[in-house]
Amino acid sequence: MNNGGVDAAVAPVGGPQPLEWKFSQVFGERTAGEEIQEVDIISAIEFNRTGDHLATGDRGGRVVLFERTDTRDHVGHRRDLEKMDYPMNRHPVFRYKTEFQSHEPEFDYLKSLEIEEKINKIRWCQSANGALSLLSTNDKTIKFWKVQEKKVKKVCSMNVDSTKAMGNSPIVGSSMSTSSRQYIANGGCTSNDFSFPTGGFPSLHLPVVTSHETNLMARCRRIFGHAHDYHINSISNNSDGETFISADDLRINLWNLETNSQSFNIIDVKPANMEDLTEVITSAEFHPTHCNMLAYSSSKGLVRLIDMRQSALCDRHSKLFVEQEAPGSRSFFTDIIASISDIKFAKDGRHMLSRDYLTLKLWDMNMDSGPVKTFQVHEYLRPKLCDLYENDSIFDKFECCLSGDGLRVATGSYSNLFRVFGCSEGSKEATTLEASKTPMRRQSLTSSRPLRSLGSSLGVVRRVKGADTSAPDANGNTFDFATKLLHLAWHPTENSLACAASNSLYMYYA
Amino acid sequence: MSMVEEPLYPIAVLIDELKNDDIQLRLNSIRRLSTIARALGEERTRKELIPFLSENNDDDDEVLLAMAEELGVFIPYVGGVEHARVLLPPLETLCTVEETCVRDKAVNSLCKIGSQMRENDLVDWFVPLVKRLASGEWFTTRVSACGLFHIAYPSASEMLKTELRSIYGQLCQDDMPMVRRSAASNLGKFAATVEYAHLKSEIMQIFDNLTHDDQDTVRLLAVEGCAALGKLLEPQDCIAHILPVIVSFSQDKSWRVRYMVANQLYELCEAVGPEPTRTDLVPAYVRLLRDNEAEVRIAAAGKVTKFSQILSPELVTQHILPSVKELSSDSSQHVRSALASVIMGMAPVLGKDATIEQLLPIFLSLLKDEFPDVRLNIISKLDQVNQVIGIDLLSQSLLPAIVELAEDRHWRVRLAIIEYIPLLASQLGVGFFDDKLGALCMQWLQDKVYSIRDAAANNLKRLAEEFGRDWAMEHIIPQVLEMATTSHYLYRMTILRSISLLAPVMGSEITSTKLLPVVVNASKDRVANIKFNVAKVLQSFVPIVDKSVVEATIRPCLVELSEDPDVDVRYFATQGLQSINH
Repeated sequence: MNNGGVDAAVAPVGGPQPLEWKFSQVFGERTAGEEIQEVDIISAIEFNRTGDHLATGDRGGRVVLFERTDTRDHVGHRRDLEKMDYPMNRHPVFRYKTEFQSHEPEFDYLKSLEIEEKINKIRWCQSANGALSLLSTNDKTIKFWKVQEKKVKKVCSMNVDSTKAMGNSPIVGSSMSTSSRQYIANGGCTSNDFSFPTGGFPSLHLPVVTSHETNLMARCRRIFGHAHDYHINSISNNSDGETFISADDLRINLWNLETNSQSFNIIDVKPANMEDLTEVITSAEFHPTHCNMLAYSSSKGLVRLIDMRQSALCDRHSKLFVEQEAPGSRSFFTDIIASISDIKFAKDGRHMLSRDYLTLKLWDMNMDSGPVKTFQVHEYLRPKLCDLYENDSIFDKFECCLSGDGLRVATGSYSNLFRVFGCSEGSKEATTLEASKTPMRRQSLTSSRPLRSLGSSLGVVRRVKGADTSAPDANGNTFDFATKLLHLAWHPTENSLACAASNSLYMYYA
Repeated sequence: MSMVEEPLYPIAVLIDELKNDDIQLRLNSIRRLSTIARALGEERTRKELIPFLSENNDDDDEVLLAMAEELGVFIPYVGGVEHARVLLPPLETLCTVEETCVRDKAVNSLCKIGSQMRENDLVDWFVPLVKRLASGEWFTTRVSACGLFHIAYPSASEMLKTELRSIYGQLCQDDMPMVRRSAASNLGKFAATVEYAHLKSEIMQIFDNLTHDDQDTVRLLAVEGCAALGKLLEPQDCIAHILPVIVSFSQDKSWRVRYMVANQLYELCEAVGPEPTRTDLVPAYVRLLRDNEAEVRIAAAGKVTKFSQILSPELVTQHILPSVKELSSDSSQHVRSALASVIMGMAPVLGKDATIEQLLPIFLSLLKDEFPDVRLNIISKLDQVNQVIGIDLLSQSLLPAIVELAEDRHWRVRLAIIEYIPLLASQLGVGFFDDKLGALCMQWLQDKVYSIRDAAANNLKRLAEEFGRDWAMEHIIPQVLEMATTSHYLYRMTILRSISLLAPVMGSEITSTKLLPVVVNASKDRVANIKFNVAKVLQSFVPIVDKSVVEATIRPCLVELSEDPDVDVRYFATQGLQSINH
């Protein structure tokens, strides 16, 4: 493993100062009183590897692409260049690039099941040749998209009907195709018994193509379907640039990007008898550099590390990451809140982040005895688990993310809040932000409340105390379980966060 | 239309359609690019058509794929080999696209063109192209470059050769695994063109780096290179450089690498010679036969015959056979199945005595395997089996297995067995066939699955051909005719089908005396489907039986059917009557 990478980066910093988060941009902001359309709710966010592009997917099956405008790669806009003269403004700025309909609602007639168009995950692939490539998936079908600039062509100077061709191409196009069809039929014989003069026919000429502008086009290159009986929760690219996995509740399949006709089932946790089912797969990800390693999390609160070299069917894990539960703390909700909703590898490949209902846990791949750090995301909800269970909020799947340098982690919460924690040695950074134009508003409200990592046994004590004092909290902040911030992503190289608050995409920088 | 003379009109349309909005029309035009080129003439093809194609290359992948293919054979249309270089630019751009199949085709076409180009043209145009692609910004161009070195290298000057080798070395260490994979898979081809001294030093160094790549997918392709390089090297160099690599690959941590070794190992035996084979490769192979991973054992088991053919019988008996014995009771059915499909090929290697003594028990245990595929694989190699162990032993052990398979609950297994029955019949002969298998053949006619019933009908025909009319008269026809009145109409249809298939084999006499009355009887069936099938069968009888029988029996029956209330019955009856009249 990439040893020391993080240590080296962390050591000199010691306890870095908490970041001061500022609002950068918002896309799709809601005006007061505007009703949110269900289809507009963002369901996936992903930066590409360089951080120059950002993709979001929504429940309406659309994928929207944004591109960064503040880097030198996108010169040409005078205004952007001028902006860059101010050093204060050097933070990632994005603009809307394009959008396309990735998935449509479908109906599985064999199983009488409706298949939603909602985009569950987006993953960027290696771009080539100036074209962007990405994978998007709904519950059942993964699609491989290519987005590319296409020249808008204007064809003129045709051999046939050239007088009409000037400036009236659509009509010519249609008349052409009708006339040509007759000729295709007998064209075959002409070419054979036709004698061609050595110099060719001077009267024939090639059409002239002129193009003035380009247009972004999204093209579906491949569809990977019919391989999942259950709902796909994750897709992840391999570092070999050739393969990817897709995970549903019970199985993980391995695909080659070039082949959509077959996939290999590498992990199957489905018991012979479904009544024996005790856990489901909740998330899966490939290691960022080791092509043979992948990790998957389960509803039991454990993360398994798989080495694909060992065998073709990866039923046995090579490492198991699970926190031993504190004795005597079990309750009806213990198993439910232990379920991991998301895992992410750090860029260094040595650390891994997992999110369960109440906490974020940072793991060191070399230490499977327990997490290196545990961050309480919204510990004050612990007394309310019963209510959360009744309104199903307890099953919300929050995503998590790490900064590119691996020094900080972030995850979402209710009331459109999200939290950023420092994970370097000695860092006490624990910021609460609101997905709005004034992200630090909540900071003043919540800073007085000691929420941060306390030992688990202490946490229990706090919980009891917290229960006594929860009333003002609840009244003061009235946590709104409907507005939850499930999806967010950290820019791979800069301290910049993209958060989805229902249909709006908020961007922050520090 | 005034601009183009009438006979040129189709070609004019073809040219215009190079830029049509309809992709099908564009594809059609590109497929006929040679016609367009001939109409334009060589000079204008060079000066207008080829540049036109180079510029208009952001088309759909299907069109680009077709273009890449057409350009590969375009040398005659641009004026012969001396002008071949004009074809390079459009193909160069095609080498950069994202779609792998387009790039592969473009590289392929470039190789075709390059291998015909004059030597100085290669140096002036082809080599710079390879260098440009190899230093391209996108990985796609570098991937394509790897496949062109073996064309560029031979004609290059000494200095250029050195440069090309070092560029190839860099490609093998590219940041992108896709590029390294391409370099690894093309290394064999490139190495074949490199001088022996450099092969031993530089190329082996490159190869060595690839074998230590941290991407499994790259190492996998390096394994493939082993065999190719091994064949280029002299035995002692092969032993020194390749053998240690392959032996260490055979113990690689990744099962996929070991899997590749298992597939390739036999090819290396020749390259290293008999002694190292005995000391190193045989133990490596035996290890693979006993690998932890079933996939590796499957690959190794599948090569057991090929590997054994290279070795001496003593080595096989001593080292390979014990492992084969273990594999025959492997926990994975797929391993046993792979073994079953090749194991009979070992018999000639071992000779008769060793076969009966060593191989036969394995073979019999596979034949009793609980997994039908394993048994099927053995039975499908029946002719080989027969030669080795003789018919008595075969039928004793075989028949129970066949009976069991014939009643397997998977219809595909039953189908497979039915298809082997005629072969089996010819091997076993009439004597063995009658009792048990005869009954089975009849039983299949009333299978629940249509495909089985249909195959059963065909099977009867082939048996009749195999054993002759007299045998069929005794063992097939009575049983079949007996079933003609079974209560289920689908079974009655099967019988009609069998009758129509048997008739040509049985000949005029039997058809008119035995088969025809049954069919005529069936024309009074209450099910319309039976009746129109009767009409079809009667029609098929017309050329077989005597004219008098046609007039006396078939025609009246068809006339009656042609007045049936059911429209389909009337239709087929009328068809039948028409065929009599003609």
